[in-house]
Amino acid sequence: MALLETRNLTAFYGDFQALFGVDIRVEEGETIAIIGANGAGKTTLMRSLSGVLKNVPDAITFEGQAIGDLPADAVMTRGIAMVPEGRKLFPSLSVEENLMIGSYGRQIKGAWSLDAVYKLFPVLQERRNNPGTALSGGQQQMVAIGRALMSNPRLLLCDEISLGLAPVVIKDIYAAIPRIKASGASMVIVEQDIGQALKVADRVYCMMEGRITLSGTPEALSREAIHDAYFGKVEAA
Amino acid sequence: MIWVNTIVQGILLGGLYALFAAGLSLVFGIMRLVNLAHGDLIVLGAYLILLLVTLLGLSPFVAVLVAAPAMFALGWALQRYMLNRVLGDDILPPLLVTFGLSIVLQNALLEGFSADSQRLPTAGLASASIELGAINVGVLPLMTLVTAVLVIVVLNQIFYRTRLGRAFRATSDDAVTASLMGIKPANIFAVATGIAMIIVTIAALYLGTRANFDPSVGPARLIYAFEAVIIGGLGSLWGTLLGGIIIGLAQTLGAAINPEWQILSGHIAFLLVLLVRPRGLFPRAVD
Repeated sequence: MALLETRNLTAFYGDFQALFGVDIRVEEGETIAIIGANGAGKTTLMRSLSGVLKNVPDAITFEGQAIGDLPADAVMTRGIAMVPEGRKLFPSLSVEENLMIGSYGRQIKGAWSLDAVYKLFPVLQERRNNPGTALSGGQQQMVAIGRALMSNPRLLLCDEISLGLAPVVIKDIYAAIPRIKASGASMVIVEQDIGQALKVADRVYCMMEGRITLSGTPEALSREAIHDAYFGKVEAA
Repeated sequence: MIWVNTIVQGILLGGLYALFAAGLSLVFGIMRLVNLAHGDLIVLGAYLILLLVTLLGLSPFVAVLVAAPAMFALGWALQRYMLNRVLGDDILPPLLVTFGLSIVLQNALLEGFSADSQRLPTAGLASASIELGAINVGVLPLMTLVTAVLVIVVLNQIFYRTRLGRAFRATSDDAVTASLMGIKPANIFAVATGIAMIIVTIAALYLGTRANFDPSVGPARLIYAFEAVIIGGLGSLWGTLLGGIIIGLAQTLGAAINPEWQILSGHIAFLLVLLVRPRGLFPRAVD
């Protein structure tokens, strides 16, 4: 049984349909990358998985249970944590408080704790009493990842964790991914930076215009196939 | 010396206004909800205490301990089942609903308790005073100010030292992201209004022991409370205390010059602060 599965997942913003029957599957311990251009529906997919956008119950199953219609707080309590696009730290909370609130709805013992997060990102310990929003973009991203890890999630959703960051910072952030993986959490990583995504992922889904256009292991996918799935096939004249 | 006395009395009066305002400030700070029925809820609290005093023969200071949990429950339910439904990007619906609630409360109290003015019995406490040097300070006004400071201290402790306080601040910052942390914003808002109603009950105790009240006095308390919150800066609890004291001082000083100027001077002080600091004295950094 897959840890997470979507079946014919759709999403609408008013009359605008953003997802058209998306089927993805995440096995226990697996890291999935979802790539695609702007507007392909990646963030909408993440918002659906995390419960921010509601769906029909059976559209999403997690550990065999239908969770498609659960609100975000109930989804989180079941073990799906989200690193939202744009990091979304709480400006009124210090770095440490931002981390601590990550386990608000799910306080279980596991690999991740305040100490473990500080070990993963030592710079955060030095700045623990700063307001979260006083940090650099890369450090804020570390807080957002740490905050999600604090609930010891079964599945970690990372939405655009490299967006707007300098390449050297992205390297630091991605260096943490194998250690998160080693802790046993499964991951879904949404990424525009295909190179990074292919490096860490066990399997890749490519999205275009609200549909999955390609899937497979990074080794099995050719550059051309990804290019076509990403930008659409150029019709021969 | 008479001026020192006036200033001391003004600060003490400010304690009462700060108590009126603290609940309003808390609710506004967390969910940007302006509760126009706040003053009427204070009056409701006063009648609830009066009821307990008359029926059970309790002292008002004991009755408040019984009334507070009931008011918490009322606030929780009010938020959960009514106000949460109208919270949103548009600020008008909550204003309309709480305005309606204000009218309902006033008329229900009028129906139930008549328009006669009432007072909570204090067994002589209301006229007791202590001598501080050359100044006589009323025991009840002094208790009011001390209570107001305690309320603000406790609220700040809750806000900045507890898990619930973190959830309050996080939800206030961004309710959607807060729900990703497992927080139920609807519940957090309900608890916040419940806590505000506990403060309302404490304010009601001092409203009812220090002066007469009747079903129609709520809106005026709302105005003082609102002015205190705005002067202090929206969302700042210590600012609210200072705001209350500024209005209290202005009223007492105004009254010392000419008794007819008491209420007017408070409003003028409010306008002056708005002119100089449109966002209040301690505005939140992020808004």
